[in-house]
Amino acid sequence: MAVQKLTIAKALNDSLRKALETDPKVLIMGEDVGKLGGVFRITDGLQKDFGEERVIDTPLAESGIVGTAIGLALRGYRPVVEIQFDGFVFPAYDQIVTQLAKMHARSLGKIKMPVVIRIPYAGGIGAVEHHSESPETLFAHVPGLKVVSPSNASDAYWMLQQAILSDDPVIFFEPKRRYWDKGEVDVEAIPDALHGSRVAREGTDITLAAYGPMVKVCLEAAAAAAEEGKSVEVVDLRSMSPIDFDGLQASVERTRRLVVVHEAPVFLGVGSEIAARITERCFYHLEAPVLRVGGFHAPYPPARLEDEYLPGLDRVLDAVDRSLAY
Amino acid sequence: MTVESTAARKPRRSSGTKRAAGAAGARKTAAATAQPHDAEPQLVQLLTPEGERVEVADNPDIAEFAPFVADITTDDLRDLYRDMVLTRRFDGEATALQRQGELGLWASLLGQEAAQIGSGRALRDDDYVFPTYREHGVAWCRGVDPTNLLGMFRGVNHGGWDPKINNFHLYTIVIGSQTLHATGYAMGVAKDGADSAVIAYFGDGASSQGDVAEAFTFSAVYNSPVVFFCQNNQWAISEPTERQMRVPLYQRAQGFGFPGVRVDGNDVLACLAVTRWALERARRGEGPTLVEAFTYRMGAHTTSDDPTKYRRDEETAAWEAKDPILRLKAHLLATDGADEAFFEQLEVESETLGKRVREVVRAMPDPDTMAIFENVYADGHALVDEERAQFAAYLASFEGGE
Ligand SMILES: Cc1ncc(C[n+]2csc(CCOP(=O)(O)OP(=O)(O)O)c2C)c(N)n1
Repeated sequence: MAVQKLTIAKALNDSLRKALETDPKVLIMGEDVGKLGGVFRITDGLQKDFGEERVIDTPLAESGIVGTAIGLALRGYRPVVEIQFDGFVFPAYDQIVTQLAKMHARSLGKIKMPVVIRIPYAGGIGAVEHHSESPETLFAHVPGLKVVSPSNASDAYWMLQQAILSDDPVIFFEPKRRYWDKGEVDVEAIPDALHGSRVAREGTDITLAAYGPMVKVCLEAAAAAAEEGKSVEVVDLRSMSPIDFDGLQASVERTRRLVVVHEAPVFLGVGSEIAARITERCFYHLEAPVLRVGGFHAPYPPARLEDEYLPGLDRVLDAVDRSLAY
Repeated sequence: MTVESTAARKPRRSSGTKRAAGAAGARKTAAATAQPHDAEPQLVQLLTPEGERVEVADNPDIAEFAPFVADITTDDLRDLYRDMVLTRRFDGEATALQRQGELGLWASLLGQEAAQIGSGRALRDDDYVFPTYREHGVAWCRGVDPTNLLGMFRGVNHGGWDPKINNFHLYTIVIGSQTLHATGYAMGVAKDGADSAVIAYFGDGASSQGDVAEAFTFSAVYNSPVVFFCQNNQWAISEPTERQMRVPLYQRAQGFGFPGVRVDGNDVLACLAVTRWALERARRGEGPTLVEAFTYRMGAHTTSDDPTKYRRDEETAAWEAKDPILRLKAHLLATDGADEAFFEQLEVESETLGKRVREVVRAMPDPDTMAIFENVYADGHALVDEERAQFAAYLASFEGGE
């Protein structure tokens, strides 16, 4: 009974429902989140059951959405904001970076900013411009924000509730191409810590670190490598700010090799930070330099090229081979 | 709008609302009452839904605009009709191609042909257009080959035409951004002492964006020669105009210090007249104008959208009776402006266009993989060069190997 098989989309929907039920101060805000239930239906049925005072269709204005969410948080509410697609968060970037992120520090800790910003992100759905981007680094770089991304239904369910419970602003990146992937959710479990990493597959020869949509690719790569006799460990980072370096270090100390995989451009990306830190922490354990697989220093390409652009099985396995060749 | 807005005027609280904390929940907030939205809004109309010409004597409010189409001949009317029919045909073909998997997405202009052809045909060649993503009819008027519009919806490029050839900028998907580009371009036109004008297209939803308010501010204070042409098609995906504004949109211009006009967006003649009027003001150095073309999106927002989740069939049916193409057809028939041969020939022309669109789209090649690295910079960039070389070597490692 407690364990259900849900898509990530349904797990998120259930999670929001639970949050609305548990705390009357929780609000959902965004474009089309009401009657339509959001363009991905993540808020499906919530306005019907909780009313327009709790599930709020907003004007088409992202700066307005985040700016008013800040005001509502100042008044004691806990807004959960939906940005329709990754590329449309930028009109709100000013509010997020100059206001939301700094309010707690500026008020000497007197003001809390329990705002969650949900963003369906990353590629692989054949969309037009601005619907496939991975801007997580731009948020992880900003002190005061926390940045997470679930890769499976259970994490989707639990991490979203934990994010809503957090008194810090959390940028919650949802891997949109995995929305329809199913997984088991134990709604009575004691969840992992929001910012801890998780070993998604154990291995001994090399560690693959990923988050969000790339975890599945890495698990497939690990399975393929196993057929060639290579034992690949996969770490699901889950959080990009903070990053669980202790967990990752423990894995790398076991395997002595690390490849970081993400869709976002490699240059100055989350992988760059991980490569630097893990090199500092594990210099004497490493048998090879930390390698990164990810997007290029180029705009996200038109849909017909995204399969080439996105890291797939082959590119991940190529990096595994290069690492093992050292 | 009528049904929706009466319902919204009496805020009712559902059971869920009661759970909202105390006093805040007791006052209307999210369910704010809508301004009684004009059931029959005041608008500039020159051709009734039945296809009859409105005379100035019947409606003195149109006196200012009617002269701007005084020169329009029956031949011109047939041309406008042809533009609308072919645009609709192209649009319908694109929708069908999306259903067949040839396009990833399509944003249909069905129902908005008059607003686009009327305004598009008001433009001079040296005017400059900043569209959003649904302006296929305006593109048609600018002479952009319609098949060029399909590349970005097929996923082979992010644009597909050279904006400078037809003075028709690339489609802009981020809502409202282009209104500022139009304003800046218009500021440049004024600095150059040129007498051309600039037009920016956007939707009713877009009017909520800060960028649009900033465009209004800049264009007002710099008295820029720009026409803001808002197609109020009543919906921003699932959100009705009541979710964007409390006063009729065109009235907003006044607060920024320039005129706003609401025109019947399903009346091609009125759209032509009002846009010409606004462009003339711009050319004369009288600054910006906001034109609100009151119209309706007959189809889904895009092919990914399901309008049955949020709007009523009765509403759509009511707008069907105001169809821009049928209206002009009725007028042409009643005035002997066109004969059967004209309509038959246009049908043949439509078929030919449809066939060409299908053929071109199906033959559209996927881009070369290395195109990912092209045009990232105008002057080149060492990192891009390095990544391009690495990726080429990686791809080459598959050839011959396995
Ligand atoms: C900044 C931004 N936010 C959200 C979106 C997603 N989106 C695309 S179209 C649209 C509705 C636009 O409505 P409106 O401006 O009325 O134009 P219409 O499509 O009705 O012509 C939304 C929310 C976007 N493209 N850009």
